[in-house]
Amino acid sequence: MSRTFLGMPPFPEAAAVSTQNAQLRANLTHATHTIRDKRARAVTELDDWAQLRQAGQEIKDHTLRHLDHYLLQAEKAVTAAGGTVHWAADAAEANRIVADLVRATGESEVVKVKSMATQEIGLNEALAAEGITAYETDLAELIVQLGDDLPSHILVPAIHRNRSEIRDIFRDAMGRWGRPAPDGLTDSPAELAEAARLHLREKFLRAKVAVSGANFIVAETGTLVVLESEGNGRMCLTLPETLISVVGIEKLVPSWRDLEVFLQLLPRSSTAERMNPYTTLWTGTTAGDGPSNFHLVLLDNGRTDTLADEVGRQALRCIRCSACLNVCPVYERAGGHAYGSPYPGPIGAILTPQLRGLQSEVDASLPYASSLCGACYEVCPVAIDIPEVLVQLRERVADQAPGHRLERAAMKSAGWLLDHPAAYSAALRTASRARGLLPRRLPLPGPAKAWSDSRDLPTLPEHPFRDWWNSRPNGEDGPKHDDGKTGKDSAAR
Amino acid sequence: MRVALFLTCVNDALYPDTGRAVVTLLERLGVDVDFPTGQTCCGQPQYNTGYRRETEPLVHRMAKVFAGYDYVVTPSGSCAAMVRDNYPRIGAKARAEGRGTALGKAADALVPRVVELTEFLVDVLEVTDVGAYFPHTVTYHPSCHGLRMLGLGDRPVRLLRAVRGLTLIELPGAEECCGFGGTFSVKNPAVSTAMGTDKVRNAASTGAEVLCGADNSCLMHLGGLLHRQDQPLRPLHIAEILAATEQDATATEPTETVIPA
Amino acid sequence: MTTSRDRVLAKVRAALADVPPGAPDADPPVTRAYRTAHTEATGPALLALLAENLADYRAMVHRTTEDQLPSLLAEILRTHGSRTLAVPTDLPSKWLAAAHEVTRLPDSPTVTADQLNGVDSTLTGCALAIAETGTIVLDAGPAQGRRLLTLVPDHHICVIRADQVVASLPQALPRLDPTRPQTWISGPSATSDIELERVEGVHGPRCLEVVVVSG
Repeated sequence: MSRTFLGMPPFPEAAAVSTQNAQLRANLTHATHTIRDKRARAVTELDDWAQLRQAGQEIKDHTLRHLDHYLLQAEKAVTAAGGTVHWAADAAEANRIVADLVRATGESEVVKVKSMATQEIGLNEALAAEGITAYETDLAELIVQLGDDLPSHILVPAIHRNRSEIRDIFRDAMGRWGRPAPDGLTDSPAELAEAARLHLREKFLRAKVAVSGANFIVAETGTLVVLESEGNGRMCLTLPETLISVVGIEKLVPSWRDLEVFLQLLPRSSTAERMNPYTTLWTGTTAGDGPSNFHLVLLDNGRTDTLADEVGRQALRCIRCSACLNVCPVYERAGGHAYGSPYPGPIGAILTPQLRGLQSEVDASLPYASSLCGACYEVCPVAIDIPEVLVQLRERVADQAPGHRLERAAMKSAGWLLDHPAAYSAALRTASRARGLLPRRLPLPGPAKAWSDSRDLPTLPEHPFRDWWNSRPNGEDGPKHDDGKTGKDSAAR
Repeated sequence: MRVALFLTCVNDALYPDTGRAVVTLLERLGVDVDFPTGQTCCGQPQYNTGYRRETEPLVHRMAKVFAGYDYVVTPSGSCAAMVRDNYPRIGAKARAEGRGTALGKAADALVPRVVELTEFLVDVLEVTDVGAYFPHTVTYHPSCHGLRMLGLGDRPVRLLRAVRGLTLIELPGAEECCGFGGTFSVKNPAVSTAMGTDKVRNAASTGAEVLCGADNSCLMHLGGLLHRQDQPLRPLHIAEILAATEQDATATEPTETVIPA
Repeated sequence: MTTSRDRVLAKVRAALADVPPGAPDADPPVTRAYRTAHTEATGPALLALLAENLADYRAMVHRTTEDQLPSLLAEILRTHGSRTLAVPTDLPSKWLAAAHEVTRLPDSPTVTADQLNGVDSTLTGCALAIAETGTIVLDAGPAQGRRLLTLVPDHHICVIRADQVVASLPQALPRLDPTRPQTWISGPSATSDIELERVEGVHGPRCLEVVVVSG
C-alpha cells in the first residue's frame, strides 16, 4: 500500500519504458481489443444509441450548469432519508472526514468497493497512516493491492497483469492479508476467482464499516447508485453497520427518470453488457435492512476548477465507463501507469491535468499524450470531445510553461514565414536545393532526432509543387497567381 | 465552377507528385483547377500544439487566398478537418476574448467550401470511376481525421475499387491511428513509433505492393518506418493512383513513373 | 466561519459565471428522442425475450404455471441438493408446498450474515423484471426479504410472475419506488477482471435460477 502515483516521470519518459515491455504490450493488446470488440457489438444492438448519447450529454450538461442547485437538492434529500452529508474541498479534507468517521465507530478496518474517487484522493494510504486498514474487495483492485501495484485501468485496474502473474501474486501475498491462497492454485481464471471469494468472504462477514464511491446520485430523491459485477459491492453496501460513500460533485443527475439513460449507456460502454450483473440503489438508510449509518462525502478536489473552463468542463460529464481507454492506441501501447494518476487513457489525459493543475511535469505532459485520432470521442457515451479538450489544455500549457518558450519562438517564426508567401516560396526552394546535404537520419537532439531515431526522413523533391505549377504554360502571369504579390499585405485583420 | 487546389504545405514542399496528380486527375475530369500561390499552411501544426493565437493570421490568409472559389479541394483529410472543425472554434474564441468578429466571419466564409479530394470526386463530381488504371495490389489506410472527423466513409475505397487493374486488399486494423499525429510524432516518439510499427506490420501482412492513403503526413511517418526497415511496401497517395492511366503505364517503366521510389 | 460547504458552493457559482442566471427549469428540456423500448413484444413473446436474455447471462431459466410452481421449486431444490433454505417471512406458503425435505430459515432482523453463509439456497419473489436486459429487480418488497437474504447464500431461486415483466428500463423506472433499497440482478455474480475472460461466480450467488410463472 506504499505505492502512489506521486513523482511519476512525464508521460513520454514513462511511455518510452513501457512500450518496450513485451509482456505488458501483449496483455494490454489482448484485453483492450477483446473489450472494444464486445462493446461495439453491445452498442450496435441499440438502434437509438445516438439518441441515448445525446440525452446523456444534455442531462450532464444541464446538471453542471446548475450544479449548486442540484448539490443542495441532493443534500436535502439524503439528509431527509437518514443520511449525513459532508463536504470536502480537497483530498486532505475528504481523507480526514473518512478517517474520523471510521475512528468514531471504534473499528480499525474497512472493506472497500472499487471507487475512483477514493483512489484519486489516496484514501487507503491516508487511512493506513491512521492505523486503519482498508481492504479492496473488487477482484482487480485486490490483485493491485496484494501485488503492491498501481491501478492501470478505470474498469479493470489489473488489466496489465495476465493470469500467471495474478496466480503468483495470490500465492505470495494472500497469506499476509488474511486467508492464504489454496494449495496448488493454478492460473485458471475460475480458480483465481474462487481463491478471491474465499479470501474475502471472511472479511465481508466481519466488516463493520464499508467505504464506497457511487456511479450516480439522483438529486431529487437522494438515491445513490453503484454498478458492479462481482457482488463485492453488494456485500460492502449491505452487510456493514456503517457505510461511507465518497462521491465527486459531478456525479449528480437531476431525476430518477434520468437513470433510464445512464443505466443503458454505462453497462454497454463499460463492460459491454446489456446490464451489469448487480446494481445497488439506496436512499439514506432503511430500518432493519443494510447499514444503519450512512455518510455521503461530497468531493470537490479540483472539480470546480475544471468547471470553470468552458471547454474543459465537459470532462465532468464522464461516467467512468473506460470505453475511451479500450479504443485508445496510445493507452494500448503506453499502458495506464504512464499517465501518472488513477485516471489513465484519454479521459485521464484531460481529467488529471484539470483536477490537479498543470504545474507538475507529468500533468503538463498529459495533454500531449494523444495523436488526436478521435477514437475516444467516437465511443464516449456522453460525447466528450476529448481531442477538443486536449488542444485546449495544450494551449494552457503553452501559455504557462517556461519550457515552451523555444517552441513558441519556433511557432512564431514559422507563422511569419507562412504568412509571407514570397519568403515561404523561397524557403521551399532553398530547402529543395539543399536536399543533397540532408541525410535521412539526423543525429542532432531535438524534434528531428526524435523523428529519425526510428523513421527515415522523407527525401526532399527537386522542386516544390509551386515551381512546377508556375512553369506550366500560362503559369507565372495571369490572374490566377498572387505569389508574393497579394501575399505581402496579407489578409485583413 | 471555380475550383481551387489547397495542396497543403506538406504536399507542396515534400510531395509535389501528389499535387501534380490532383491537377492531372481533375483536369482529366473536366475541372479547371487553380492553385492560388498565396497559400501556405492551414495552421494545423500550430493549433494542435496549443498555439491558437499563432494560427489566427493563417485563418485570415486561407480565407483571403481562397475567396471567390466555389470549391477548395484538398488532398488531405486532416487539413480539411482542421478548417472545418477548428476554424469556427478559433473564430468563436477570438470573439469571446473580445477581439471582434472578423476572424469568425473569415472562417464562416471559407468552411462550407472546403472539401477533401475524395469527397469532391464522389459527392460533387459524382464519379467513382475516374478512368484510372493501376495494375498493382493496394491496401488502404484511412487516416483518422478523414475517417472520424470528416466521415469520408467508403468514398476512398469505392474510388479505388473502380480503378482498372487494381487489386484492393483489406488492411487489418485499418481504423486504428498510424501514430503520426503531427507534433505527437516528435513529442511522444516511442508511442508514435510503436503505433506506426504495428500499422506497418499489418500493412505488410497483406502482401500488397502499395500502401495507399489520403494523407501524405501519415504516409510520411509510415514511409519513414518502411524505409528504415527496408520493407518493399511503397506508400502512395490516393491521388497518384487515381491519376494514373493506361497511357502512363505503357509509356515507360510503369512503377518508375507512377510510383515515386 | 466559512465551511467547506460554503466554499465548494461558492466555487461552483464562480465557475459558472458564464451561465445566465435562472432556475434549472428554465433550461430547454432534455432531448429524449431515444426509444421507450427496443422490443414490441408483449405477452408470451416478452417472457420468451426475458428468458433468453437471462439465459444469455448464464442464469438457469425455468418456465412454469401457477399450478406447477410448487413441484418445480421442490425439484429445483432437490436437484441442487439443498437441505437448508432461507426465505422471506411473507413468501406465499404454497410455493414450498411440495418441498418437504428442506429446512427453512425465515428471514428476521436477528438472522445474521454468518447464519446465511451456512444456508444452501434462498428463494424469493421480485419487484419486477426487465425483458430486454434480462434484469430482475428486488426492492425488499413482498416475498423478497432483506437485501442480504439474496446475497450471502450461494444459490438464489427467484420467482417472476408474468405480470411483473416489463420490456425496458424506461418502463421499469416509473414502477419503482426510489425510497426502497433496490438490487438489480442480471445473471449470477461474474467477473472479467482476469484477461477479460468472464467467470461466473465471485461473491454474490454463483448460481441464479429464475422461475417465470405464467398462466
